[in-house]
Amino acid sequence: MNRRRVGLALEIACPLLVLAGLAVWSSGSQSFYWPPVTEILATFRDTWLFERFGTDVVPSLYRLGAGYLLACVVAIAAGIVLGSSARVSRAVEPIVEFLRAIPPPALIPFGLLIFGVGDGMKIAIIAFVCVWPVLLNTVDGIRSLDPTLLDTTRAYGIGGFERLRSVVLPGASPQIFAGMRTSLSLALIMMVVSELVASTNGIGYFVLQSQRTFAIPEMWAGIVLLGLLGYLLNVVFVVIENRVLAWHRHARAAAE
Amino acid sequence: MLDVIGLQKTYGEGSRATVAIGDLSFRVDKGEFVSIVGPSGCGKTTLLKCMSGLLAGTAGEVRLHGLPITGPPEQMALVFQDYSRSLMPWMTVRGNMALPLKRRRLSKTEMRDRIAEAVDSVGLTGFLDHYPWQLSGGMQQRVAIARALAYQPDILLMDEPFASVDAQTRADLEDVMLAVRDRYGITVLFVTHDIDESVYLADRVVVLTNRPTTVHEVVEVDLPRPRHQVTTKELPQFAHLRGHIYRAIRPDAVAAGGTP
Repeated sequence: MNRRRVGLALEIACPLLVLAGLAVWSSGSQSFYWPPVTEILATFRDTWLFERFGTDVVPSLYRLGAGYLLACVVAIAAGIVLGSSARVSRAVEPIVEFLRAIPPPALIPFGLLIFGVGDGMKIAIIAFVCVWPVLLNTVDGIRSLDPTLLDTTRAYGIGGFERLRSVVLPGASPQIFAGMRTSLSLALIMMVVSELVASTNGIGYFVLQSQRTFAIPEMWAGIVLLGLLGYLLNVVFVVIENRVLAWHRHARAAAE
Repeated sequence: MLDVIGLQKTYGEGSRATVAIGDLSFRVDKGEFVSIVGPSGCGKTTLLKCMSGLLAGTAGEVRLHGLPITGPPEQMALVFQDYSRSLMPWMTVRGNMALPLKRRRLSKTEMRDRIAEAVDSVGLTGFLDHYPWQLSGGMQQRVAIARALAYQPDILLMDEPFASVDAQTRADLEDVMLAVRDRYGITVLFVTHDIDESVYLADRVVVLTNRPTTVHEVVEVDLPRPRHQVTTKELPQFAHLRGHIYRAIRPDAVAAGGTP
């Protein structure tokens, strides 16, 4: 318990110290491109708490959340279908690998044609990118379910939805979560990328717009916000994962 | 009750075919405790999978209550050797036991009573809300047995269930099996490679040959019940039966050891 507290204290103290150091070091900065950290923080507060929160942060989060959740739902559903048959998953594998290999920003021009400049295009791009890690991990998780576990399930006549809900999905969930974690960071990247092109709001748009109008502290404030957002999203994800997969951690620890 | 009639199982085809089960016939009557014992690698697990409907035989058939088995029958339960992989680690003991009962469409009280009685009979009362990984290996196998008992099958198939636990736990689990068999009056088919265990538990022992597997002999075990780990194993009949089966399974090993 004590060790945990020390660890937590270090985790909080170290970034604060670095920040304080940067603030002191940059305090006399006259550089146009590297404004003092204190100025960036002040701009951060003025911009995001909460003047532009509703106009830029909320739309960004909406796109990120919608694209990511859509991707997870589609990918898990498709993964269940593909994972249930060795032949189907084998046949579809090259197609999936091809689609996954396309660098996602290359799809933005196409997305603009189909979905226009609105949220639809951004959500579609985010979802398209996030689908693959979850899909491949779901298929893999289902294909590597323990044969003894599946024999037990069959012998006891557990089938259909009950089998899916009580055996297949929980059994594959550690892998599914691994895929979802990869996709979460991709979602943030694609959110920014999609907002850099033909956009009228969003954090990515704000960063680009600030740079174009030489509002350098604002640009930095946007970048800092993106970093914080990525960090917080990951923290939330880990908290959920730890709750859902508590059995998995304990079972692995018990096996060692 | 359970009839195995001319069962054969061949893996592969043509010149690369391996015959796992040659030609196997035996029967298990209602209420009997039958052990199947054979040399290592004689296809015991294949046999058990064929009998439980998890694997289709190449020829012959297995009948339960006179009806041929084509898939896992509802009136049969299985206990595997590898308890850690046959219990769902994401479910508590109660959850694991309740899962197969869903198809039985029981009332809530009936479900609770069945589970309570089954955990009681394996000595795990008070562990219903534990997860499998919080329990020792022997306790996990007790959960697997309790799950099968709560399911109340007509016949219980066990595939080397005590091969992964230490010797003392094994003796405890053997006695648990004898006790639950009396309590539930259940028919048991028990596959093992342990000759002592096969004799100690069973009414009859089906001795198998090497691959391709056939029945070498069916040995009647006329040891008195109730059985006891010490006194039963001290009986001259026990030593005689054990020696008899040992010679049947490993004649070469006995010959190499010289004549007593």
